[in-house]
Amino acid sequence: MIWTLALELAYWQQTAIKLVVVALVIPTAALILGYVFLMKMMSFMQSRLGPMEAGPYGTLQLLADGVKFLQKEDVFPRRADRYVFALAPVVVLVSTFLLFVVLPVGPDAVVSSLDAGLFFALAVASLSVIGILMAGWGSANKYALMGGMRAAGQLIAYELPLVLAAIGVVIQAGTLDLNKIVLAQATGEIFGWGAIGNPYILTQFVGFAIFLVAVQAELTQPPFDMPVAESEIVGGYQVEYTGFRFLFFFMAEFGTAFAFAGIASVLFLGGWYVPGLDPTSGWFNLIGPFVMFIKIMAVSALIFWFRFTFPRLREDQLQKLAWKVLIPLALLNIVVTGVLKVLV
Amino acid sequence: MRGMGMLKGMGVTGRTMLRTLFPDGLRKPVPAPSRGAHTVQYPHVKEAPVPRARGVIGLHHDNCTVCMLCARECPDWCIYIEGHKELAPPRRPGGKPRARATIDRFDIDYALCMYCGICVDVCPFDALFWSPEFEYSEPRIADLLHDADRLADWMETVPEFETYEAGASVKQPKLPEPSQHRPPRSAIQ
Repeated sequence: MIWTLALELAYWQQTAIKLVVVALVIPTAALILGYVFLMKMMSFMQSRLGPMEAGPYGTLQLLADGVKFLQKEDVFPRRADRYVFALAPVVVLVSTFLLFVVLPVGPDAVVSSLDAGLFFALAVASLSVIGILMAGWGSANKYALMGGMRAAGQLIAYELPLVLAAIGVVIQAGTLDLNKIVLAQATGEIFGWGAIGNPYILTQFVGFAIFLVAVQAELTQPPFDMPVAESEIVGGYQVEYTGFRFLFFFMAEFGTAFAFAGIASVLFLGGWYVPGLDPTSGWFNLIGPFVMFIKIMAVSALIFWFRFTFPRLREDQLQKLAWKVLIPLALLNIVVTGVLKVLV
Repeated sequence: MRGMGMLKGMGVTGRTMLRTLFPDGLRKPVPAPSRGAHTVQYPHVKEAPVPRARGVIGLHHDNCTVCMLCARECPDWCIYIEGHKELAPPRRPGGKPRARATIDRFDIDYALCMYCGICVDVCPFDALFWSPEFEYSEPRIADLLHDADRLADWMETVPEFETYEAGASVKQPKLPEPSQHRPPRSAIQ
């Protein structure tokens, strides 16, 4: 199972490499998701072309936007709480950064394989709400504060279905370690037939649907984008942010979308595993990242397709959906999964 | 059921995406979005505006009688007209010389104009026309004041009158009732 590179690296060297990789993954993920889905897929769904001028087929548009953001003045509102205001986007970005720590892309290709990896991922994902509240409060702007409060209510409400939907998978796999969840799916059998393993989307499709809806709300994407509703509260907690601080929020949003799509593909689609190969083979350290990338893009396509199709819900409809539909459904899913786990 | 409606909505966006990406249909999946999209890439490809688009207003010099109706009805007061009367030779030998109004200045300030078209509607002598032309932005805002010559140039871009669709009700031009107090219209000109 252990398949290491020929060279032995010291701990600090490994750590440095992992840091650089994760630090590069977030902006790259934001660029890829932003270009492929936000710019091109949305444009095609609206029967237009999207950016076509910067680079071939507008591929460099987001880079141009990024450079533009970096050139802008770093504006602080006069009555803003300067430190809180300045720190808020960083807190949000750190939450995204930490999500990638436990995301496995191969048997050994993971920054840190924790025993309670799923718990860690879901816990750090909810850190971002602190950053968003800081942004809302520190801006000294009533729209920002309203956006921050909405975000806090929404993220807490949807944290529950997110966690509860994942618990079904945990019960079935019997572990919180993301890599072991992948292995459990790879070696699993469907009624004694194990040719494609047992990707949990087949047994946990209810959990998968709840997880995706909750992710949508966690990302504050349409149709759950009341915290940043531009037509009601002019961008919510982002209203006072300009330049690279706004860029941080943008990168955090799309980086988190990428990370959550990764977690969804680990939990439900079998992660880095390809059916038909030996899951203990060391080659998965090499092909795993590509397999993960394809699965992440598939899940992201679903997330963004949802995003571009539906209009914004009302605030009370959002809360109703979480507390009256998703959470009872997720609890039911857990009960059924637990009963079947014991019986079968 | 609510869920079915949501799936239908996603079907609509999905189909639109496929139609834009593969305009030849899925049997021949060659991505050609620039053919599939309904939009055109404007500076490279010029969009053909509809013939009745309100782009710019052209002035037909000979029809204008400096009656000032357009200037007075303009909600933005963006039309500036000055004129004077000239004596024209009498229509018949032995008659009195006629007074004829001549334009000294006819300017429309497109920095102010809000394209309501009231001036075109209100003109009793058919001197103002809509043209679909729209490319006349200027680096200096003062250059948006189009003088009589420039407005006359726009007349070349005014499209021919399109005949009404078959079955459409034909508008009759309103003409004043001929009466003894008021000479018929043809006599004024």
